Amino acid sequence: MFRNQYDTDVTTWSPAGRLFQVEYAMEAVKQGSACVGLRSRTHAVLAAANKAASELSSHQRKVFRVADHAGVALAGLTADGRVLSRFLRSECINHAFVYDAPLPVSRLALRLADKAQVCTQRSWKRPYGVGLLVAGLDESGAHLYYNCPSGNYFEYQAFAIGSRSQAAKTFLERKFKGYDDYTPDQLIRDALSAIKETLQGEKLTSSNCTLAIVGRKDDGTVEPFEMIDAKRVQEIIDSMEAAEETPVAAAEPSSTQEEDKGTDAAPMDI
Amino acid sequence: MSRRGDWVYENNGGTCVAIAGADYCVVAADTRLSVGYSILTRDHSKICELADKCVLASSGFQGDIKALHKNLAARELLYQHQHNKRMSCPAMAQLLSNTLYYKRFFPYYAFNVLGGLDSEGKGCVFTYDAVGSYERTGFSAQGTGSTLIMPVLDNQLKSPSPLLLPARDAVTPLSESEAVDLVKDVFASATERDIYTGDKLEIVVINKAGTKREYIDLRKD
Repeated sequence: MFRNQYDTDVTTWSPAGRLFQVEYAMEAVKQGSACVGLRSRTHAVLAAANKAASELSSHQRKVFRVADHAGVALAGLTADGRVLSRFLRSECINHAFVYDAPLPVSRLALRLADKAQVCTQRSWKRPYGVGLLVAGLDESGAHLYYNCPSGNYFEYQAFAIGSRSQAAKTFLERKFKGYDDYTPDQLIRDALSAIKETLQGEKLTSSNCTLAIVGRKDDGTVEPFEMIDAKRVQEIIDSMEAAEETPVAAAEPSSTQEEDKGTDAAPMDI
Repeated sequence: MSRRGDWVYENNGGTCVAIAGADYCVVAADTRLSVGYSILTRDHSKICELADKCVLASSGFQGDIKALHKNLAARELLYQHQHNKRMSCPAMAQLLSNTLYYKRFFPYYAFNVLGGLDSEGKGCVFTYDAVGSYERTGFSAQGTGSTLIMPVLDNQLKSPSPLLLPARDAVTPLSESEAVDLVKDVFASATERDIYTGDKLEIVVINKAGTKREYIDLRKD
């Protein structure tokens, strides 16, 4: 009711105790193209749906390596995200310089959250318009955090942000309980499936998604954060589609019923 | 040895050598760390791999050397993030020079020799003074044993003289194994006469295939 009167700047509260500018910033995140993150005890995977401004341009980079042990996927104003990635990189480098150890992922998420909070309490600043999924590996295992423009952050087993992310979240909600013991390959497949949910009928190929993984193998060797190259992504997609073609025993109910607006593309079986 | 009350440096001794070949580079340093007439440790590395084709060896004050190496390694990581590739040896050479000159009025007490492969895959060696003056050469030695080693390298490496015109490529025509053998010989000689050089020799060879490390025993007296 009073929304328009109290939303001019971020330092004005509404009578209901809300900061509308911050909430508007979180809307910007919902406009960005989808990102998905999931983790097991030892590995964390990030996937992003790539959106290109036009057929002529390259698509935006949404997944960034922040350190050997951590990376982010972002949704929203990617320019803000780029600046924040640079900040996170320098935080990791400085921590390693002083303490000769990698910055634990929870601390990394905290630094980011504190930085975001500053922008919610200065009249000459605006909140960052980007939500980040921070994935990383430290001594206590693999972690996934979601940082939002409000300065809040939470740890997740699996999460999705951006436009049509609800479809991905519904998919993840059904399966996340078993994720702790998933192998990296299973995590990757579920990440791709979750992204597929957000594409809404469009065919999933290696050119419209980015995939990255970080983790520690069973023998203790660390797999540093890196993007999986397009060829390998396509191989995984192809093998997933081949598995779908062969008749599966119990067909899961398609979770895209509410999102599907009756496109001509084949329904997506999981 | 009594120094002035405000003397903040000390010389931990040691010698570093680098030799550039047509498609390889050898960087070597002894592993003795000393202060005054005492040995602090026989097993301390003066060599830092900054990038996959770029290796730095420094002798002088170990505190400054450690800080310098950490500084450069952090800068290289930042470069990797920004450019999506590792730093080339000539780029690192310029960065090192700038880093040293930045502290022109409170220098790093570090005498550096940077070795690696340039963007064409040819061996390159850059030699520095404490404040960043540098030059690309075919070979160099720095540290307490440098004056004993340099003349021998001049004589044995058969590199074209840097004073010739037109300027010639300063890399040595020797093969990789010949260069490594020469390095072992010059260090053995320097160990004889220089009290700060000895214990062990660490040799790093960079070529197209990657980086190889080797350790040779030197006289411990």
